[in-house]
Amino acid sequence: MTSSSAVSGALRGGPATDPPAPGPGTARRRDRRPRPGRRGTLAAFLTPSLVLFLLLVVAPIAVASYASLYKWNGFGLPENFVGLDNYTRAFADPTFRGDLWRGLVLIVLSLVVQLPIALALAMLLNQPLKGRSVYRLIFFAPYVLSEVTTAVLFTLVFSPNRGLGDTISRWLGADAGAVFGDPDTVLFAVFLVVSWKYFGLYMILFLAARQSIPKELSEAAVTDGASAWQAFRHVTLPLLGPTIRISVFLSVIGTIQLFDMVWVLTGGGPIHASETMAVTMYQYGFRRFEVGYASAISIVMFVLSLVFALFYQRVVMRRDTEGALTNQGDQR
Amino acid sequence: MTAHLSRRTLLGLVGAGAGAYLLSACSDDESGDPDGPQTINWWHIQNTEPMLPVWAAMAQEYQGAHSNVTVKIQPLENEAFKAKLTTATQAGDPPDLFQSWGGGVLRQQVDAGLVKDLTDDVRPWIGGLLPAALQPFTIDERIYGVPFDVGMVGFWYNKDLFARAGITAMPTSWAGVLDVVRKLKAAGIVPIALAGKDKWPGHFYWAYLAMRIGGLGALQQAAKDKNFDTPDFVAAGERLKELVDLQPFQKGFLGAEYGSPDGQAATIGNGGAAMELMGQWAPSVQASSSTSKKGLGDKLGFFPFPAVDGGKGSAAEVFGGGNGFAVGKDAPAATVDFLKSLLTADSQRRAAKTGAVLPTVKEAAPAISDPNSKIVAENLANATGFQLYLDQAYPPAVGQQVNDSVAELIAGNKSPAQVVKDVTQVAKSQ
Repeated sequence: MTSSSAVSGALRGGPATDPPAPGPGTARRRDRRPRPGRRGTLAAFLTPSLVLFLLLVVAPIAVASYASLYKWNGFGLPENFVGLDNYTRAFADPTFRGDLWRGLVLIVLSLVVQLPIALALAMLLNQPLKGRSVYRLIFFAPYVLSEVTTAVLFTLVFSPNRGLGDTISRWLGADAGAVFGDPDTVLFAVFLVVSWKYFGLYMILFLAARQSIPKELSEAAVTDGASAWQAFRHVTLPLLGPTIRISVFLSVIGTIQLFDMVWVLTGGGPIHASETMAVTMYQYGFRRFEVGYASAISIVMFVLSLVFALFYQRVVMRRDTEGALTNQGDQR
Repeated sequence: MTAHLSRRTLLGLVGAGAGAYLLSACSDDESGDPDGPQTINWWHIQNTEPMLPVWAAMAQEYQGAHSNVTVKIQPLENEAFKAKLTTATQAGDPPDLFQSWGGGVLRQQVDAGLVKDLTDDVRPWIGGLLPAALQPFTIDERIYGVPFDVGMVGFWYNKDLFARAGITAMPTSWAGVLDVVRKLKAAGIVPIALAGKDKWPGHFYWAYLAMRIGGLGALQQAAKDKNFDTPDFVAAGERLKELVDLQPFQKGFLGAEYGSPDGQAATIGNGGAAMELMGQWAPSVQASSSTSKKGLGDKLGFFPFPAVDGGKGSAAEVFGGGNGFAVGKDAPAATVDFLKSLLTADSQRRAAKTGAVLPTVKEAAPAISDPNSKIVAENLANATGFQLYLDQAYPPAVGQQVNDSVAELIAGNKSPAQVVKDVTQVAKSQ
């Protein structure tokens, strides 16, 4: 799932308007089988991406699932078959169980804090404000930075004794200099940085979706006596549905795989208080050389993402993706 | 919330090993004729001044004298090197000549047949090296690497801040260290800088305490028996807890890194804390990460980790490590000869003159000019025993568990007894 497809989805906007249904008998189901001459063309265009897909996506998944059944330090070939021991070990490991819990906390936080803020800002910047394109640019700017750059930046901001955040917080009588060094606050500090980086993306998505809603609809609602809130709640918000759903999707998948930011900001610490599944996997795979166990963690991440993606696309986004993914052809 | 560690990257990491293993079959093998044209791939981690140009010059000179040899140097940052070497060795394709700290990681590479046994090749000249330095690279009495640098961990302190707190004599016992900490605190000075995020600086305390309480043998026996659940190791944790309970560390230390602009070294270098327990590189990192870029200069002092009352270990036993080079299994024939050229007394003198290397070749010792390095070298030369850093000496999983558990002890989250139980559990699972 790339953000460009999300943007095009957002730009499509509005409810999935059904194409006029073909009358019975007017258009027979199109024959989907390619004519012999086109087969070569199809093969020529498909092969490169298929090969890449198999090599870079399917093969690593297969190798990782295989390795996850072995106790293996990564040298030579795996020989010590342990069955599902790595998985039972993961689910008994307090750190990994903590990863799942922290992942859930981050998901809930982004759904109830980050996305609503992005939505509110998008609505605000849709109003005829002076210099609103400047605001849009400023709010979107953090998204352009890489995660590592962002993390280094905030390490400096919240550097104890010398950081900007530390200085400002002391003027205000607080002490923000140790937020990354305190197990009680570190997860929220990480969430703050992640939100800072990504709220601009969601804001732009929501803004694009908002602009594709015809003015007439809310005007009609207002003419009918709806208050501004009612017009937003009952006209705008439902029409933003597809974009909101795709944003939730991106947000959840992104959180399950969160790594770079945490790794640079805190390394998962102190005492695992900001560790995510990907960080735990890295620790075991590349620090402790327990590649079998690390593979098991990566497979759990993969399965979680896959199950969520399938469930979400089939159930929640069914209307948005109809035809594109559900392959119902012309039979509606 | 979105982050771009895609499934592809993630599984790619895991799959890289297998993929690269297949590709490694394509790499050229030049270990035939010693006089034929050959290329030595050399990975080192002296990626900054002052050693970067010294290595480059030595390689240049060697190429000048041996027209059939090309040395391809790849200088890497420490962490980047570890990650890159991991993928290369897991793929069964190590570089020809590469940085090694010896110990448990080297043993894994030896067990996997990735590094060359150098014992017979280096026999004629290896006697010129300090025996303590060679120890981490000796596995089952065979030599698998050659150290060019060796050092030890001890307390580096700020003389001015000690004087301001009225401390005149350096502590000679652990109780003395705690006393110093109390005096510094009473004088309003942060006693100790610690990089909690990096974890390894914290393990120095626990390891040294275990060494002083149980003696050198206890550390080696524990690794052999895979059992750290002994009264000596628990006592080490308890002594450390005494220190932690005094709250001696700088603000936000749990999130601090060692070398960052506000990290452990910078805190000392800027005069923000009175002391740190660190290796021989401490003065140069303090200087480079301090605001003035000069560090403390002659205000910096050194004292070895003192004995613990009633302990079996002596203060003359040192804890530390060094840097060396191992030779990959498929290295061309000239590699060992090139390695020898890096370790001549002359090469070692040049390295020592930079101040960044404490030479392992005995003959080169007089070339050490920095007074602090001289003190460290003297302590090393008079050492009665040597222990490599635990996170290097033990198998990686055990070493990392020591770091993790001690970090939790320092954060107040684990008891001394839990630390030894966790480490033992990991050791037994290996």
